[in-house]
Formats: sequence, structure tokens, C-alpha cells
Amino acid sequence: MIRKTVDVAVVGGGPAGLSAALSAKKNGAANVLIIERGENLGGILNQCIHEGFGLESFGVALSGPEYMQRFIDDVEKHRIPYMLDSMVLEVSADKKIIVSSKEGLFEITSKSIILCMGCRERTRGQILTPGTRPAGVYTAGAAQNFINLKGYRIGEKAVILGSGDIGLIMARRLTLEGSKVLAVAEILPYSSGLPRNMAQCLDDYGIPLYLSHTVTEIHGKKRVEAVTLAQVDERFKPIAGTEKKIECDTLLLSVGLVPENELTRKAGILIDEQTAGAVVDEDLQTSIPGIFACGNVLHVHDVVDYVSLEAERAGRSAAEYAQGKEKKPQTIKTTPGEGIRYVLPHQLSADSDVKLSMRVMAPARNVKLILSDGDRVIKTLMKTRVNPAEMIQVTLKKNELAGCKKIIVMLQNAK
Amino acid sequence: METRFDAAVIGGGVVGCAIARELTKYKLKTGLFEKECDVAVGTSGRNSGVSHAGFYVPAGTFKAKLNIVGHELMPSLCKELGVPYIAVGKIVTAKEEDEREYLYKLKETGEKNGCKKLRIIDQKEIKRLEPNINGIEALHSPTTAILDPFLLTISLAENALRNGACIHLNTEVKRIEQSSDGFTLETNNGKYAAGILINSAGLYADKIAAMAGITGYEIHPCRGEYHLLDKNKRNLINGAVYPVPPKELGGLGIHLTPTTDGNIMLGPSAEYIPEPDDTANTSEVMDKLFKESYEFLPKITRKDIIKSFSGIRPKLITPGSKSPADFIIEESRKIPGFINLIGIESPGLTGAPAIAKKVAEMISKIRGGLVENPSFDPTEKPKIRFAELSNREKSELIKKDPDYGIVVCRCQSVTKKEVIDALNNPLCARSIYSVSKRCRATLGRCQGGFCLPKIIENLEEQHHPQTSDINYAGKGSELFTGKKEGIE
Repeated sequence: MIRKTVDVAVVGGGPAGLSAALSAKKNGAANVLIIERGENLGGILNQCIHEGFGLESFGVALSGPEYMQRFIDDVEKHRIPYMLDSMVLEVSADKKIIVSSKEGLFEITSKSIILCMGCRERTRGQILTPGTRPAGVYTAGAAQNFINLKGYRIGEKAVILGSGDIGLIMARRLTLEGSKVLAVAEILPYSSGLPRNMAQCLDDYGIPLYLSHTVTEIHGKKRVEAVTLAQVDERFKPIAGTEKKIECDTLLLSVGLVPENELTRKAGILIDEQTAGAVVDEDLQTSIPGIFACGNVLHVHDVVDYVSLEAERAGRSAAEYAQGKEKKPQTIKTTPGEGIRYVLPHQLSADSDVKLSMRVMAPARNVKLILSDGDRVIKTLMKTRVNPAEMIQVTLKKNELAGCKKIIVMLQNAK
Repeated sequence: METRFDAAVIGGGVVGCAIARELTKYKLKTGLFEKECDVAVGTSGRNSGVSHAGFYVPAGTFKAKLNIVGHELMPSLCKELGVPYIAVGKIVTAKEEDEREYLYKLKETGEKNGCKKLRIIDQKEIKRLEPNINGIEALHSPTTAILDPFLLTISLAENALRNGACIHLNTEVKRIEQSSDGFTLETNNGKYAAGILINSAGLYADKIAAMAGITGYEIHPCRGEYHLLDKNKRNLINGAVYPVPPKELGGLGIHLTPTTDGNIMLGPSAEYIPEPDDTANTSEVMDKLFKESYEFLPKITRKDIIKSFSGIRPKLITPGSKSPADFIIEESRKIPGFINLIGIESPGLTGAPAIAKKVAEMISKIRGGLVENPSFDPTEKPKIRFAELSNREKSELIKKDPDYGIVVCRCQSVTKKEVIDALNNPLCARSIYSVSKRCRATLGRCQGGFCLPKIIENLEEQHHPQTSDINYAGKGSELFTGKKEGIE
């Protein structure tokens, strides 16, 4: 085994990893290393050739590769070393990382580690779709890879299950490639994608969206021949008599993303079952001191700019930890209340301003977002429209946190 | 002049491949015909992957004898062929008072058959063996084992090939005619001649027999559905956990079985269906499988399921039958030299090595003896599993070949070298199915979402296929409908 020692090791060279590494470097970490499993830096954004990235951070709409290139250029400028085609096989609680690469098996000892492994797509198996198992069933991300990076045509007539952002973007992509998208089905009564993607990817191309619908059967022995769509009731059970069989050769699945926390779990880090990511404090430190998490491995984001910003914070914290900087106790616990799916980070100090990230349970109009410490309301925000697809961020000032033991976030009707 | 075989096997399931391999121990020109893109595509690859001790099968039957002998032969066979085989043991668990009696009956049958080390265990002992399982009393069979049914079948076929057999994939027998010195087979890939014909066509064995004019056999397809759980739940059970089987003669009841790859399977159901190839999953059964398994193992959730699939049993009995049918392994009286294997359902996997020996004996009788093949090599190198090695071993491997350092399938830690080896398999099976069954890539929790593009990249590098030749599991299952020119 080849042994190596660094100050900050970053697991993953996608949007979170590069931003975290740059931030660690800029915050004084001398020896930063990025470990990337792909053959290029950039992660999943390399296959996202549509534009719309960077509006928050750079004020321009960039394509995925363009957005990432800005970070890659910066990584090169700061001479941050990176390993490509290198898979982290293990992260241990004593901050040793086992990496497999062409050059050999590495054991990297790091003062701090930032976990930036991103997420994976839920599959047909996980949503328990009945029927046969023919070719032509793709997750939207795999389809995007084949079409955008390899130039393959994945099918002629497609049905898309799930109206998550990747599903919507792929509906447009397939249409532009000359394939026919016959329907997008969404099991929820509302779309789980961003409103702008609904407009630009479905409406502009006249692609029908079936809300409260799911695929109840896949047909075809060798290649998909048809799928059956059916309407579902409020408990997501198919309603008998509403089935319609749609002939197609392709079924695309955009049915959710899962943070890839296998390494995290193996290291013994505490996981929040709601986000499927690590439990973190305001420095984005996990339950193991010196190990940090950010980006989609922490919780699934809708806008990459927020990933980059969150990763900056993790990078700074990791650099400070590596330099042995004293840490403030973080005793204020955050809790999602009525109408809120999750709130991050899980623990706060009252030592600085802090940005909370959260998602609501269901879409709503004219609501109040209330942050309290259980007895006292700290902050109230009026929202004309909230949507689970859109992450909400709220900054709490240092003085607002003073004296709090906990922070509960809840949603209330404004009337 | 067409190729002539001394013996030709129809069907590349575990039994067919075991027979082909057994025959290469002798100086016999052996051929095997499989209509699918690979071996183990049918029932052989769609079961619980268990080497049964032999206590379910009625005493005195052919089934019982072949089961016991097969189970005895299996560990050394797997060792020779480098196939994972783990004697994890099994408990058949009674949950209700009135189920206790059945356990004693099973034990009695097992002992009559010659099963070893069977014993009845109490609640305390159940908890010791399987802390997460509830039961009031159980039958414990420590010799029951799990094995990789794909790799067993594949290795049998590859070993048969190494020893001189011809394995014809994608080759469907369409017509069989008797000739002066045996048979003529018409296939989609040309004509072949054979002295002796072995019908090991599983779900289609009745149809193959009928092609030669042998009527009277009828296979009733009986589907069993399964769920596969994420590897992170493997430690919930130690060995296989079975219920007391349902009264109807459909199967062994929905059970929990670990796989040699480190997953747990839930299933199978038992449902008679009209078509022998309808391997669909149905929402009713999927739901039932989970609920019944959950009763056994309350620590599982639906979120743990990564895949569902089904297999089909070639049953000789109809839904209403009162007694089970025995295996039929016989030479046709009407057509000498035509050996039929009919109704080889469970314990067909366990019995395969014994069935192969039995068939070789029958052929020896027909031919008046067999001459040993002195150059027969029984061994296959075990497939390297990077994920299962120590860091030191991994390190050594990468030094030997840097492609071992590149992990292609992240969920199962399968390396580029393992994928390339799978792509260059000696049977020349080039579908994604063939790659995944050999090296386990695409079979993890992301189900190929990340590694499928990389596997296809490797397939292109190794074999430069036409876009229309890239398929999931043979012709008709093409992954793509076209490719843009000029894209790297």
C-alpha cells in the first residue's frame, strides 16, 4: 500500500468537492487532496449540457460543464492536487482513507476529511414497479449519460415516470433528439421538479403531464413494448379502472435521488433517516470530529449553486479543524415542526450567523414560516408559495440565537 | 456435411451444463444447444440458490436419491469449479402450535432419505442461531448450503468447453428428425447430427420431446417471485430461514435466503401461469412477499428492496394435485437414444451433479460402455472478486494489472479487469446479462445506473460491436436504437 498524509482530503471531485477543496485551500489548509472516482473532475455536471447553472453564484446561465470548468480552472490555478479514476473504498473513524487506483492501493491519512460523494438515482427495483424486466428501462441520469456523453439514441417512444428535475430535462432532451415523449407521469398530485423546468421542458414542447399517476405494469419480454399508467388515490394506491396502456419502447425513471452514504455509514457516522445524509453541526461537521459532509451526500439539493456555497462552508471548517482551531460548543438543536420535512444543520452554536436549509412537506400558498425556540418566536417569514422541490434557506443572526436551547421550524397558514 | 456429435444436450440450464461437462470426462463428442444468449437464463438462474439437504422430498423417490447424492457431490464440485458455496445451514421454523408436527415429519423423511445432522431445536436455540427470527420450534439442518447458481452453471459450461464440448448459444432447436444413426437437429444456426439426444430443456422439455414425436409429457409452468434486499441487511440472518410450507403443493413457502454475494432473497411465491416465459412480477405477489417476510423478520423495510424478479418451475403436476411428481429421467422406449429429463424443478439445482452422472450411466449403457478422456481437467479458476480481498491482496493485484485499480461498479466494488474478463468469457456471451452474472457489476443497489455506461465503454473497447449488437440479454433486447456519428 502506498501511504500518504494530507491536511484535508476531499472525497469526490464534483460541484461539492471542488468548492470544498478550494475553500479549504483559501482558508489556510496547506495540503489539500481531491479524490475523484471518474476520469475527469466535475462529477455529474459533466453530463448536464443544458443551461441554467450559475444564476445564483455567477449571475449567468451556464451549462453544467461550463459551470464546473470555472471551478476546475480555479483548482488548477491553486495547484490543488487531485486523483482521478480513484475510488475511495473505505473511510475510517480515525481518518484514514483507502483508495483504489491504477497506481495502486493508497492509504491516505488526513487531519480532516470532507465527504462529497453526491447521490444516486432511485431505481425501478426500489419503487417496486410490477411487470417484466425488459431492456429499455433507464434511470433518467443513465439515459442522460448515454445521450449526452456517448451519442446513443436510447429509444424512439418514451414514457417518463417521475417529474423530478432530471426527468423533466430528459423529456426535453429526448424530444430535441427526435424521440417522442408520450407522457410524464407523477405519483404526487404536484410536480416534484422546479417550476421553471416544468415550463421550459414540458409546456414548451406540449408534453402531457399526468399528476397522481404511476406506472402499474411494464410490458415486453425483450425490450419494453408498453407501460400501463393508472391514476392513484391519496394513499398512492392505483385506482382500478383508470389504467391506460401506452405503447412505447422506453421507460425513463426520475423517481428520486438518494445520498450515497455507504462510506459514511461504514465509518460509523450518525445518519438522519429523513435526509439520508449525515447529522451535522453548523460547521457541517458530522458525528465524527474532523469529518465533514456537504452537497448532495448531505441532502439532495435542487440548485447546484447552493451546493457550491454549502461546500465552501465545509471547506472552511475542515481547514480550521486541520489547523487545530478551537471549536465552539454547539448545543442548540434544530427540529423540523409541522409541515417541514427537514432542517439542516442539526446543531448550532450561538457564536455566528447561520444559514438554515430546509424543505417543506407539501406545496402550499400564503403560509408563514415560523422559527421559534419552543416558547418564543424568533423569526417569521411570509411565503406566497412553497414547494418541496425548492429548498428554503433562512439566515439566523447571532443575536437572534442568543439564549436559545433549540430551534423549531414550522409552517402555518397565513390567515 | 453437418457437424456430428456423439451426444447432444438441448438446454443450457444447470442440469444440461452439468451433463455436458460430465460427458467430457469420456471420449464423446459432445454438443450443447441453448436458445438464449447465455447459460442459466431460465429457471437455473431464477431460484433460491440453495443446495438442499434432502428432507422435503418423499422417501424412496428418484428425487430423494438424486437430491442426497447431489448435495454430497456439490461442495467438491463447487470447489473444483471455483464456485462460491457456503454451508450456512437452515432452519425450518414453526410459528404456531399446529405446525410443530410438520417439523417432526420432515425430520423423519429427511432421515429416511439419508440427511445428516438434522435436529429439532427449541425457541432458545432458534434465538441463538437466528437472533432476529421468531419461532417456537424449528428443524435445523446445518449442512444446507447456499451457492451461486449462475456461476455454477457458467463454470460447468466453461469447463465442458475447456474439455472439448461445443456450446452453441443463441441456437434454438426447431426440428428433430430420426436418422439411420441417430438424429438430425434443425436449428436457427444450421443443421447438426447427434447419436444420442438429451432433452434437458426445462420449461420446454415437453415441446422438445414432442418434436421427436414423444407425446404424453406436459409441463405446467409455476411462477415464483422474489425480492432482493440491499447488502446492508445481510447480517439480519445467518443462514436460510424457511417456514413450514403451505398445505397446497406449490413450493417450500416464502423463505429468507442469503446469497453468496451478500444479499438476502425473499420468496418465492407459487402461482401456475399459462406461459412458460412470463417472468413478470405482479403487485399482489410483491406485496404478499414483503408482508410474509416481514412477519418473519420485522427488521426489514420496503426501502431495503433493490430488485424484484421471478423464476418459473417446470412442474409435472397441475394445481389441484394431491401428491408431488417424481423427476422423469428416462430413455424413450419409442425412440431409442433419446433421453428425456422432465419436470426437473426443485431440487434440480442440488440434484444436477447426480443427474449428470445418472445420464452418463444411461449413455454408457446405450453405447455399451464409455472410454475415459485422459486429458479431462475438472478445474476452473475461481473468479477474482476484488471486493472480497484484503488490502494487501488488492494492492498486489493492482501491481500485477492496473485495471484492478479502477472500480467500475461502485456498489459492488467490481473493477475494470473483472469486467474485461467477464466480457471476454470463453462462451463468447456478450450481453450485459452475461457480464453482470459473471462479475456482479450492475447487480448492486444502483442497479447499473452508474456502471452500465462504463461497461458499454469497455464492451466497445474490447469487441467493437455494432450499436444493434449491444443488448441486455440477447437479440430483441437492444439497449439503443441508434448512435450519432463523430461522438467520442
